[in-house]
Amino acid sequence: MAKTRALVITGNGTNCETEAAHACRLGGFDEVVIAHICEILSGEIVLDDFHFLNLTGGFLDGDDLGSAKAQANRLQYAVVAGTGEKVVEQFIRFMSDGKLILGVCNGFQLMVKMGMLPGMDGEYLNQTVTLTHNDCGRFQDRWCWLKVDPASPSIYTKGLQGLYLPVRHGEGKFVCDSPATAERIRVEKLAALTYATSDYAASTMEFPLNPNGSQDAIAGLCDPTGRIMGLMPHPEAFVHYTQHPRWTRESLPEKGEGLTLFRNAAEYARKNLC
Amino acid sequence: MANRVEIALKCSVRDARGRRVKREIEQFLHLPVAEVQTIDVYTVDGSLSREELERAAAGPLSDPVIQDRTMDRPIALTRKEGELSFDWGVEVGFRPGVTDNVGRTAREAMEYLTGREFKPGEAVYTAVQYLIKSSPSHELTRADLERITTGLLCNPLIQRYTILSAGEFSGQGGFPPVVPKVAETVGATDRSPVQEINLEVSDDELLRISRDGVLALTLEEMKIIQAHYRKTEVRAERSKVGLGDSPTDVELECLAQTWSEHCKHKIFSGTVQYEDELGNRREIKSLFKSFIQRTTKDVRAKLGERDFCLSVFKDNAGVIRFNDHWSLVFKVETHNSPSALDPYGGALTGIVGVNRDPFGTGMGARLIFNTDVFCFADPFYAKPLPSRLLHPRRIYEGVVEGVEHGGNKSGIPTVNGSLVFDDRFGGKPLVFCGTAGIMPARINGQPSHEKSILPGDLIVMTGGKIGKDGIHGATFSSQELDENSPVTAVQIGDPITQKRMFDFLIRARDKGLYRFITDNGAGGLSSSIGEMCGEVGGCRMDLALAPLKYPGLKPWEILISEAQERMSLAVPPEQMVEFLAMAKRFGVEATVLGEFNDSGIFHMLYEDETVAWLPVSFMHEGLPPLQIPAKWTPPRQAEVEVEVKDDYTGDLVQLLGALNICSKESVVRRYDHEVQGGSVVKPFTGVANDGPSDGAVVRPLLDSFEGVVTAHGICPRYSDIDTYHMTANAVDEALRNYVAVGGALELVAGLDNFCWCDPVLSEKTPDGPYKMAQLVRSNQALYDVCLAYNLPLVSGKDSMKNDFYDEKLKISIPPTLLFSVIGKIEDARSAVTMDVKRSGDLVYLLGPTSAELGGSEYFALKGGVGNGVPVVDTAAAYLRYQAYGRALLAGAVASCHDLSDGGLAVAAAESAFAGGYGMALELAKVVWKGDPAGKNDATLLFSESASRLLVTVSPEKRDAFELFMADTGLALIGRVTDRSELAITGMGGSVVVFAGLADLKEAWQATLREL
Repeated sequence: MAKTRALVITGNGTNCETEAAHACRLGGFDEVVIAHICEILSGEIVLDDFHFLNLTGGFLDGDDLGSAKAQANRLQYAVVAGTGEKVVEQFIRFMSDGKLILGVCNGFQLMVKMGMLPGMDGEYLNQTVTLTHNDCGRFQDRWCWLKVDPASPSIYTKGLQGLYLPVRHGEGKFVCDSPATAERIRVEKLAALTYATSDYAASTMEFPLNPNGSQDAIAGLCDPTGRIMGLMPHPEAFVHYTQHPRWTRESLPEKGEGLTLFRNAAEYARKNLC
Repeated sequence: MANRVEIALKCSVRDARGRRVKREIEQFLHLPVAEVQTIDVYTVDGSLSREELERAAAGPLSDPVIQDRTMDRPIALTRKEGELSFDWGVEVGFRPGVTDNVGRTAREAMEYLTGREFKPGEAVYTAVQYLIKSSPSHELTRADLERITTGLLCNPLIQRYTILSAGEFSGQGGFPPVVPKVAETVGATDRSPVQEINLEVSDDELLRISRDGVLALTLEEMKIIQAHYRKTEVRAERSKVGLGDSPTDVELECLAQTWSEHCKHKIFSGTVQYEDELGNRREIKSLFKSFIQRTTKDVRAKLGERDFCLSVFKDNAGVIRFNDHWSLVFKVETHNSPSALDPYGGALTGIVGVNRDPFGTGMGARLIFNTDVFCFADPFYAKPLPSRLLHPRRIYEGVVEGVEHGGNKSGIPTVNGSLVFDDRFGGKPLVFCGTAGIMPARINGQPSHEKSILPGDLIVMTGGKIGKDGIHGATFSSQELDENSPVTAVQIGDPITQKRMFDFLIRARDKGLYRFITDNGAGGLSSSIGEMCGEVGGCRMDLALAPLKYPGLKPWEILISEAQERMSLAVPPEQMVEFLAMAKRFGVEATVLGEFNDSGIFHMLYEDETVAWLPVSFMHEGLPPLQIPAKWTPPRQAEVEVEVKDDYTGDLVQLLGALNICSKESVVRRYDHEVQGGSVVKPFTGVANDGPSDGAVVRPLLDSFEGVVTAHGICPRYSDIDTYHMTANAVDEALRNYVAVGGALELVAGLDNFCWCDPVLSEKTPDGPYKMAQLVRSNQALYDVCLAYNLPLVSGKDSMKNDFYDEKLKISIPPTLLFSVIGKIEDARSAVTMDVKRSGDLVYLLGPTSAELGGSEYFALKGGVGNGVPVVDTAAAYLRYQAYGRALLAGAVASCHDLSDGGLAVAAAESAFAGGYGMALELAKVVWKGDPAGKNDATLLFSESASRLLVTVSPEKRDAFELFMADTGLALIGRVTDRSELAITGMGGSVVVFAGLADLKEAWQATLREL
């Protein structure tokens, strides 16, 4: 049987590549590669060789023009050396091949700014939503309760009801360009994760439970196929109980809740992409 | 002609930045304001077509979902009636030559978009426009706007501003485009780039040369240089390379950097004549050698085969063993003077600067965590300030934000730190930044902590380009701050340029592409290449080859610039092609500047002409030790009466809200403390994730449970009584925090960071001998305590001129030692946190209490200092820590919290509200040491006696725990309860503290919540 292969892109300010790769391995991927963006621009690494692409956390280009803006621009215009092909074309082919992309934090910001999410009507390069400065005006590192929409098409959150994960961002407030976009997200159940109360019962706009003031409390969003997803909280930051802030006082299972997203991705890749 | 692109949030989107500015104007300047709106301005000075500019504005520069944009017309004038009204506009941009990170990223984005690079001299510059509307209650005047601008929005040292009234704004069509390009020095081309400086002049003239040039060289040092240039053999050799008998400016500047206090540590290496309070005299040759190096030497000898030190004092950071395959690296630095002038830029540079230390240690380490300790004056300070001093609140805000951006953007978790307040830090804030790293014990078969240079290796500089930023940083920080402190001493760091460089260099390291690496910090190339020269014996380097941010720099400026994000390397010639090719692929600047040799000469050229020719031996050994008098006269502080009363609840509530004790959560949550995924004990813990942890535990290797533990101690208040005990308590506090969470005593090392006020006797410092005696006593304590605790010192730093001085006023900081520890926990899953875990658990106080309220927070609350400073009993403490460590490993400890500021009462309150359970304690059970006459409820509650831990233990573990802790000053003082109250019964049997946990927590959290 062919091997499941995950790719984590780093470079220009990406910070979470090591733990994202670790989570992919624990989740069951047979091979995991961390590639610097310059290895993609030089053609040494080609997206086509992988099943699962991780766009993970960090501060791409320092978030200098707004989070992930400069990288979105780079991927849009940069050409893979010696091929004449733009990097963005590799991304489009990757998606149309039915493969998986997970964007976390800065990676989620990159995806919405490239227009990859919510990806309605097969439009993956048309920005309709954004992630901007937290209402509190500050970077926040705190753990949040996330309600999972069981009806969402996301392949990553299958089998989950709730998730407890850390957020670590200054620009995580989700905003739609129009009420129509927000309505379609609701109707198509693309908001796979929302900030919630501690019993996971209800989505909330209340700070600090909702740490940034996101519209409709949206913390994670997928496309209608469920294969392309982004979220502000960090699933790779909770794959073992010792990462939980209260592990010294609560009895917790060995594996952390965030690992489920990577397990589901590995399982999907094995069944459908190999 | 430059184009202006303006980007504003759509009217429907909340302007969080504008709201924050409005709030700060109101809270900070006490001016009511109706509204502040902010606009980002990009001034593009490049060859882009109109269509390209439009695409750039629509694409990378703005977010179409939330922002509007205009080109070459003010966005404010495009808004409809009622959407925007303002009375004043302010635009703030950078001065020429100041690092503009956003501008650089915008330029790169436009280069991708057009497929063309900007031409030399072309650039993008950023500015922020603030549109401010008066409130109905107060019509803002131009004078108000000046105050708002210079007091809050703009630091005139690095930024320029324009203020326009609404009428002026619409009259002239908004703000004009400003291109803050660095102007070339007039006449620079027709004048020789190098000047000779005649030292055959009077002593007064020598001093003037030093002062006017910000050389910070003393008359004695100037005369040593003068004597060197008089030597016949020196003159003969110089004439062979075409140099005259006088030093060039390049040479003089280079010597000034190399010999600066900042680089040379003249005070720590000087000869001290010490006299104690009894008149006993002794001569100490070098505090560094006599105490600090000796501590490590003696501890290592004591440890014998268990010695875990790998590299101490000789590299940019200390290196210790982690396990057979990995080594740990740790360094803590200060960045005080720059942070006083530009808090944001200074602190940002502080953190990204210290990152380069472990990265430049051995063959280079991957960075695993940061630590920060800040010392400020009261942020709510309400009295007038001397000129040139920024308000403590502004320093607080700027420093916190600078370190936030530096740490978060670099992807390094900030795991441990503290904030310390004393109004004397208004004279100079202290900004300590630490970074630890990990590296494979062997790289390409060689021990990673060792490195060498061979003659013939090439001198390579990587990372940022050189500008005028940071010129004279090393010499300037070796002087007190005054109103003429130089502008160019401030740099702004760029974490992303550095991150790119690190991403490249760590891969180059593993491929074996370089032989030696070091950091470009204070003194720039003069210092890094100068030190590397000392390793191999000589070098020849052409300064004209160095990449510049803008033209017009003189050779001496290139040599000593402290422009950030640069590393210096020695690359073997056979690896050069691959090294440069790889740098290019990673988008990292890398330039060959010359080569190392064994000529014995630091030889600098500029376009093939010799501009400096300095014997390496003269640079590094030419300076005789400073002679410093020290006389210890123990101070006598006014005694503070301990008030005897029935109820101390009010005192406890006040203490919990005191600046030095209260929650720092509003700051800590702004720092990413979990990136890299190895977080085990976080800064906050407990049932609501808000109890203050004692130390931090991280797992640097995600497939292993071996953990790194770090903690620190700092207690400058005790210096008012005796720096010996200040130091002993700082070391003890660091170790007990470390031990509390589960750090192993078998593998722990210390770092000492001294921040002193100038201790050298002079006209400006008549009390120098006392301050120097304080330094001697501090060093003595460091030796005594570290030896007793088996704590080798592996690295450290001193910053010796932390004074503010103007004609009327001198403010000296209290002598401060930050002691940091790094060590290991064999299995991170055995770590313990400070929150009580369940009701019914037993509460133990480990260690005796004495009448030691001198310098305490309790006395500070009562407005005094007192004299009974805590005295550390190292022998007893070490046995206690060892026993506790064994109990912890046996799983007998449910929670543990160290006792420090505020004593038992504060520690008990924190543990209880963190865990969400009450406590019932009895003071009569506490073990007392010393004169029983001093024993009373207040002292038992608030004394800060050292080496004490508050531990809770499950009743099933009672026997085991008591067996482990036998004979270590153990007392069972109460129980954890299911009532959400803290109840403490006094010696007389009646309750002396009684309060709800919610109220105690609120008092603790309220003080800094909104900052």
